[in-house]
Amino acid sequence: MSINQNIIEKIVKIFLWIFTIITIFILFYIVGFILKNGIGGLSKEFFMEFPKSMGREGGIFPIIIGTILLTLAAVFIAGPLGIGTAVYLTEYTRENRITQMIRFGADCLAGIPSIVFGLFGFVLFVIKLKMGWSIISGGLTLSIMILPTIIRTSEEAIKAVPKPLREVSYSLGGTKWQTIVFIVIPQALPGILTGIILSIGRCVGETAAVIFTAGSSLRLPNSLFDSVRTMSVHFYILSREGISLKNAYATASVLIISIGMINFLSYWIMHRFIRRIEGK
Amino acid sequence: MNREKLIEKTFFLIACSALFLLALITVFIFKEGIGIFLKIGFAKFIFSPDWAPSQKQFGLFSMIMGSVWITIGALIIGVPLSLSVSIFLAEFCPKKIARILKPAIELLAGIPSVVYGFIGVVILAPLIREYLGGPGLSVLAGSMVLAIMILPTVISISLDALHAVPKSYLEGSLALGATRWQSVYMVIIPAARSGIIASVILGMGRAVGETMAVIMVSGNAVRIPHSILEPVRTLTSNIALELGYATGMHREALFGTGMVLFVIIMILNTAAYVFTKRKVRK
Amino acid sequence: MNKILLKDLSFYFEGKKVLNSVNLEVLKNEILAIIGPAGSGKTTLLRLINRLEDATYNTKKEGDIFVDDKDIYSVDINVPELRRRIGMVFAQPVPLPRSIYENIIYGPRLAGIIYKKKLDELVEHSLRQAFLWDEVKDRLNQSALSLSGGQKQRLCIARTLALQPEVILLDEPCSSLDPISTAKIEEAMLRLKEKYTIIIVTNNTKQAARVADKVAFLLMGELIEYGQSRQVFTIPVDKRTDDYITGRFG
Repeated sequence: MSINQNIIEKIVKIFLWIFTIITIFILFYIVGFILKNGIGGLSKEFFMEFPKSMGREGGIFPIIIGTILLTLAAVFIAGPLGIGTAVYLTEYTRENRITQMIRFGADCLAGIPSIVFGLFGFVLFVIKLKMGWSIISGGLTLSIMILPTIIRTSEEAIKAVPKPLREVSYSLGGTKWQTIVFIVIPQALPGILTGIILSIGRCVGETAAVIFTAGSSLRLPNSLFDSVRTMSVHFYILSREGISLKNAYATASVLIISIGMINFLSYWIMHRFIRRIEGK
Repeated sequence: MNREKLIEKTFFLIACSALFLLALITVFIFKEGIGIFLKIGFAKFIFSPDWAPSQKQFGLFSMIMGSVWITIGALIIGVPLSLSVSIFLAEFCPKKIARILKPAIELLAGIPSVVYGFIGVVILAPLIREYLGGPGLSVLAGSMVLAIMILPTVISISLDALHAVPKSYLEGSLALGATRWQSVYMVIIPAARSGIIASVILGMGRAVGETMAVIMVSGNAVRIPHSILEPVRTLTSNIALELGYATGMHREALFGTGMVLFVIIMILNTAAYVFTKRKVRK
Repeated sequence: MNKILLKDLSFYFEGKKVLNSVNLEVLKNEILAIIGPAGSGKTTLLRLINRLEDATYNTKKEGDIFVDDKDIYSVDINVPELRRRIGMVFAQPVPLPRSIYENIIYGPRLAGIIYKKKLDELVEHSLRQAFLWDEVKDRLNQSALSLSGGQKQRLCIARTLALQPEVILLDEPCSSLDPISTAKIEEAMLRLKEKYTIIIVTNNTKQAARVADKVAFLLMGELIEYGQSRQVFTIPVDKRTDDYITGRFG
């Protein structure tokens, strides 16, 4: 009986190991495959030059700029809203019907498929509000998409700020607002930043919501109302339309490397944040 | 004092933005999409397999079945894999290794869906074509790619659920002479059940909603599949493939597609929400 | 004349009575020590005077608190301003995660003092009053978290003094400190009495005897005894006070 159990225990363990290794292998395989085929295409020119003949040749300079601008637009819109929501949920109320509804709303928003955001953004911003395919249309659409992430992470970060710090501020004559601005937000900042960085990652990797709202222009934008093409969209078009596999791999490598750096950065900040909250 | 009240009101308004936006999207999608239901009838729109916009034929059934097939396939492959990983990470894995594995899995979540789709096209599809037959771009390819894509979602949420089980449960069971696996199987997994179910539901939501990768690997043919080696089109693909040039009734039909998709996702979200709420009930 | 007056003060938390109809007065430039076992409502009483329970949910207050004959719970009270007049020092020294200097000027700056010279003066003056100046004067820009426990608590006192308050509330300020730090804080207190009215909550009856003019004994939310320090400690009226002071419970 007990020998039997030991064998089962062993088998289970082996299976769990195997499944985990498969998962990790898939990850490394995907990353490795893209990098192996794409890293050779990376050069200073690839980053600094404009694409030629629809991206068959040349670099991705305007695409990098487009990606950055679109992401910034989304973060600048969603950041204040998300952080503000988190502040309200943590500092101004306790659990009640309204906060539950807000949280449920944010969860629902988080579950909406990106193509639905694309559909919505395309018809509302691009067509009805006549913003056209533009940074602003894309930024607004993406901001709705990343809002839940920012709310959730900011809320966690603000909750982690020790209550005594707030009380000290109150006892020293700080108003609620002053306490939020001078104590709570600075303390929670690393956690909030982590959420924002993760959202940046989502924006950079998004395609479905972007392609219908920000368009796919290869030109450098002059204003917020110009269309841009992000790296993901560029990669999609290059590979789907068979324009240039070499440049597709190179673009994908840039994408993967940026996502990797973004994840690493958020992890690093979070790690430091946790250490600080737990007292160095 | 008044100023503080004003600030509080402002924050309240900001906090309502998420709800407001959700309502805006819901109302908008429904308003734009309801027309098609009225024009061609609810039953016909949902249950007719014929989709030919140029002939004004709008039936979603093929796409609905496409989404169902691909999603079920993704769950069959993805759920055992993800749950194994999360059980391993939570209960059997040395802490040091877990600390490396977790960020690695999060990185998996960060990889853009177009990259997954691309990998499916250049690696999976040729393999399927060669060894199993069919065009390669198929239900199977779509399911496999989606299975990988839902891994991080299912793993991280079920992992949270497993971690939330009090340590004393495990210790109590071990103290009664159960082996570690017996304890996990009989005590911890049941205790974390609601959270695990929620994780699967959310993974399902992710699979139903995924667009770009599915477009790239599943062939997009409008017909009800009879085998996993046939190409299919999902609801999401249907929108993304045609939104760029659709006008008039055709666009309404795409909004109708969005509406169906939206309703499915909302049902899944609500179900997941109910299950996560129940997590508290030990 | 009295500086602080509590009139029939009761307080409920989640339906439970924490304070039961407490009447108490504190005269100007006097040290009142509130003693009593854990959970007797001492800290709550102190926090009520600073209106720190305002933000706690599920509470109810009855009765009134007057400072300079003004009801501090009336609607026209500016709470932050009130808290500047009534400084509070907590049991656990919690420096803000900033420099020593920044810690001291946090309150004054929120109150609108921006002149560097004035702030510098405040920092030196309040640190001197808290007997901390000599130890930190060369490292004012270092993080306050680098101070020792006793120094942290004196920093917290200095931080309160920098508000130039009229009343100082101390909530078991020495509970986490060693005897030497405690002695320093008690010395500071006796000196501060000349300018401020002080209420100290303490578990330590000896400390109360050393520093206080008056003593109030709280037990399970009720004021059992209140009188001159010497009288309470030598010939207490109530038997429960006697039991507590002599260490028979609590």
